Amino acid sequence: MLNASLKQLSAMLAARKISSVELTSEFLKRSRALNPTYNAFITLDEETSLAQAQAADTLIASGRGQSLTGIPIAQKDIFCTKGWLTTCGSKMLSNFISPYDAHVIGRFNAGGAVNIGKTNMDEFAMGSSNETSFYGPVKNPWDTAAVPGGSSGGSACAVAARMAPAATGTDTGGSIRQPAALCGISGLKPTYGLVSRYGMIAFASSLDQGGPMAKSAEDLALMLNVMAGFDARDSTSLEREPEDYTRDLEKPLEGLRIGLPKEYFVKEIDEDVARAVEAAIGQYRKLGAKTVEVSLPNTKLSVPVYYVLAPAEASSNLSRFDGVRYGHRAPDYLDLNDMYRKTRSQGFGAEVKRRILIGTYVLSHGYYDAYYIQAQKLRRLMAQDFAGAFEQCDVIMGPTSPTVAFNLGERSSDPVQMYLSDAYTIAVNLAGLPAMSIPVGFGHKNRPVGLHIIGNYFAEAQMLNVAHQYQLASDWHTRMPKE
Amino acid sequence: MQWETVIGLEVHAQLSTESKIFSGASTAFGAAPNAEACTVDLALPGVLPVLNRGAVERAIRFGLAVGAKINSPSIFARKNYFYPDLPKGYQISQYELPVVEGGHIQLQIVQDGKEQEKTVRLVRAHLEEDAGKSLHEDFQGMSGIDLNRAGTPLLEIVSEPDMRSSAEAVAYAKTLHTLVRWIGICDGNMQEGSFRCDANVSVRPQGSEKLGTRCEIKNLNSFRFLEKAIDYEARRQIEILEDGGAIQQQTRLFDPEKGETRAMRSKEDAQDYRYFPDPDLLPLEISGSWIEEVKKELPELPQQMRSRFEHDYGLSMYDALALTADRDNSEYYEAVAGKLSSDPKLCANWVMGEVSAYLNNEGKSFDVCPLSPAQLAQLLLRIKDGTISGKIAKDVFRQMWEQASAESISWKNRKEVDESLADRIIESQGLRQISDSSALEKLVQEVLTANPKSVEEFKAGKEKAFNALVGQVMKAARGKANPAQVNEILRKKLTE
Amino acid sequence: MSLSLDDVKRVANLARIEISEDEACRTLTQLSGIFGLIEQMQAVDTSAITPMSHAQDVMQRLRADAVTEIDQRELFQSVAPQVEAGLYLVPKVIE
Repeated sequence: MLNASLKQLSAMLAARKISSVELTSEFLKRSRALNPTYNAFITLDEETSLAQAQAADTLIASGRGQSLTGIPIAQKDIFCTKGWLTTCGSKMLSNFISPYDAHVIGRFNAGGAVNIGKTNMDEFAMGSSNETSFYGPVKNPWDTAAVPGGSSGGSACAVAARMAPAATGTDTGGSIRQPAALCGISGLKPTYGLVSRYGMIAFASSLDQGGPMAKSAEDLALMLNVMAGFDARDSTSLEREPEDYTRDLEKPLEGLRIGLPKEYFVKEIDEDVARAVEAAIGQYRKLGAKTVEVSLPNTKLSVPVYYVLAPAEASSNLSRFDGVRYGHRAPDYLDLNDMYRKTRSQGFGAEVKRRILIGTYVLSHGYYDAYYIQAQKLRRLMAQDFAGAFEQCDVIMGPTSPTVAFNLGERSSDPVQMYLSDAYTIAVNLAGLPAMSIPVGFGHKNRPVGLHIIGNYFAEAQMLNVAHQYQLASDWHTRMPKE
Repeated sequence: MQWETVIGLEVHAQLSTESKIFSGASTAFGAAPNAEACTVDLALPGVLPVLNRGAVERAIRFGLAVGAKINSPSIFARKNYFYPDLPKGYQISQYELPVVEGGHIQLQIVQDGKEQEKTVRLVRAHLEEDAGKSLHEDFQGMSGIDLNRAGTPLLEIVSEPDMRSSAEAVAYAKTLHTLVRWIGICDGNMQEGSFRCDANVSVRPQGSEKLGTRCEIKNLNSFRFLEKAIDYEARRQIEILEDGGAIQQQTRLFDPEKGETRAMRSKEDAQDYRYFPDPDLLPLEISGSWIEEVKKELPELPQQMRSRFEHDYGLSMYDALALTADRDNSEYYEAVAGKLSSDPKLCANWVMGEVSAYLNNEGKSFDVCPLSPAQLAQLLLRIKDGTISGKIAKDVFRQMWEQASAESISWKNRKEVDESLADRIIESQGLRQISDSSALEKLVQEVLTANPKSVEEFKAGKEKAFNALVGQVMKAARGKANPAQVNEILRKKLTE
Repeated sequence: MSLSLDDVKRVANLARIEISEDEACRTLTQLSGIFGLIEQMQAVDTSAITPMSHAQDVMQRLRADAVTEIDQRELFQSVAPQVEAGLYLVPKVIE
């Protein structure tokens, strides 16, 4: 059952072979047992989860069950969840019981899914290793000496360790795909605007996008069916006809054109990662796909551009955490400004403060044009690079991360090194494109390797098809870490 | 040395929408503290702004009314600073590409009986959200924050420094105040803060082209304060300069009790607002067809109406200004003048006189006037045709007002108008003027007989005595005698 | 452009983050490294390119002017650090 797909679980529930209460209890028991080791969850609330499960059982019994009714889903602690502690991995919100539901949470609730807990994450989603969380680092279930990746590290770990059948994540510069790769699961960042950002605590508004994390592409498709959809409360939410993202899963890949950017296959990639990625591409050729070399000439600039734009937006987005209306307030202060300074200094961790300072600096008087405007111009160049590449291919592939999971503490003292590990994933957010990561083998120390699949705007169904066909022909996605 | 004061105004007009600019919370004034502050207004984590069409529509209306350019696209930007009444730590405003750019306001100033005109150019008008309120009463030594006003839509209207005296600044502010109410974008309630002025004041030697260093005086919420603050500030700056000092660019507050301005402590630090385009809000597109639609619904503007009143009705600029103080006033006047087209000046006098006075007395505006324009016109017609005198008419008016008020229906809501109200009062109380010359001659004769002294005085050349005799005749006629006829008969008899 | 200690302090003040002398020095080292990376951007001539603020070329959707929210003050203030008489309390505000 731990390895069952969402479709299988749904069928078992519908056939009354198992109740949601039983299923939820099973996963809760496992999560409780494993969490002290992995630290994947910030909050587990059996009572609330089981109440939801009970309600789901009633729905199923009355024949009103939908695809995810009764299935426990782990929610990244970035999604405001009414009545639940919603911390965003920060001391700043360590006492924040959300008075409202994010759009995504509302969609899961409406679909009768069970919230099994709120997953750990890098503080305010700022990190690639889950080491910046106020609640301590998450461990990689394949090797507890390794990081799970970030920022959705808790979600990736929970799915990899089978503490939950599926989870939500958010991705600003790779925060779904990189931890998915490092934990050996599948993760999808949709086209910007597909999943509402309402109630998803903002890091960098023009880059943030919520998405599913699960064992397989098929599960991702079912999750996306629930998560995606227009929301009038988010001005950047796109008004589109609802899609069934499972519709193309079974299509053969004959004639698929895979673009391989020459800038992605360079010496910076570790050999073990390169080997697994190349093997996967070989598998795609066997499935009838063709590969073409494409070029994304400005790839190298994606990290500097991102580290101007994301901190700039974040510095402003995080100004609301001022100790006035909710969240942490410093216990002692001299006056108003001292209250602000102490509250924010105590409430935010080092990485968040660093990014706020970078962002404040690049927006400040005299530097705006040289940094912020220049970065926005380069952002356009990067989007144009992708548009050019997609004239020659249907999907772009490469490694999700240049290395397998690194050790806890290995890069935390060197932010530049940490930032560079996101080089492949960042450009996608800048362009607003959809992209995913699927497991394609293991590298150094038996740590997982992820394949990065980038699609054109709104090509989610096609990308899921591409991933699913590979998963039909391989079993990496069914591998489970030993406890 | 002769000094010249240079003034530019920034006016914040609260737009009269039902809901806030970026949230669905109510904008109604006077709710319990924070009862109208929703998730978005409180800047809870994760919430997002969605722009109110009504606010944009009102900005377009304003832009068209002042002959400005409507920008499309226009961009919303974040203005970043920390203040407890600013929940997000930034204000959503516009910086580059405001919704309205350019335009001008035409002023008519009547000063010491002289009428003059002046054009004040506008720089821009942009949409932004209002902040909440800090209440400084003592809460254990702390301030209380009410965020009901946070997120209320504002149109910030920025003028060029085109004004040269506090009188011009007040005339500009009043004209703008009339305009925003006229086109229905702002209720103009200054006590509730719906219309607030910031004045940028500098001085320079008369004849100099170069602008002096300016100070900005914040939050002037009455025309009187605006005038006093500017006068004080100009004097303050001149004194400093005459003492050989230099003006420091500052943000200042006006203290109405002391009649002084003082530097704001919270603005002492150099500000760096770090404006940048709000990533939560996409570029705002305003289509040509939307602009056309708004244009079609735009009423005749006060400026055009004033010229028309002067031209078509032969009114003075003063009268035309007074009658176009607001749309309800002008509408009422035109309705009266439409019924009595032979004497628009008489109509103007009564609308500005009796009607205004009665309404003022009851704290009402023209739209809820109990008396219908047709009823007033009927009364005025009775003056014109000599049925009653102007003096009697005022008494009839009072009774008409009382009767109409008793029904407590405003003229606009009245389904049937009793146009004969004036006539009925005149008839039932026998107020009709005595114009029958034989009756009048009889009366005059009686008065002459009873007042031989006055007759003598008149004959001795005292014109005053004549007036006394007219008074006696009118008294005998209980005011109902036709004064012109009385004059004529009396003079005839006295000189016989 | 190289970053100075004063820049770090100025920016920390703008961002209302208390920072000790020690932290400021450490932050300076780290930020200098990051800005070393960021400086790579300056090598590209972008004079002919329009800045891109949003991930997609879409115009703003507008909301009808209608009140959709109800009073939930009690719920919202249940997570507030300090309230009295429906007001959020803060250290004295000086204008």
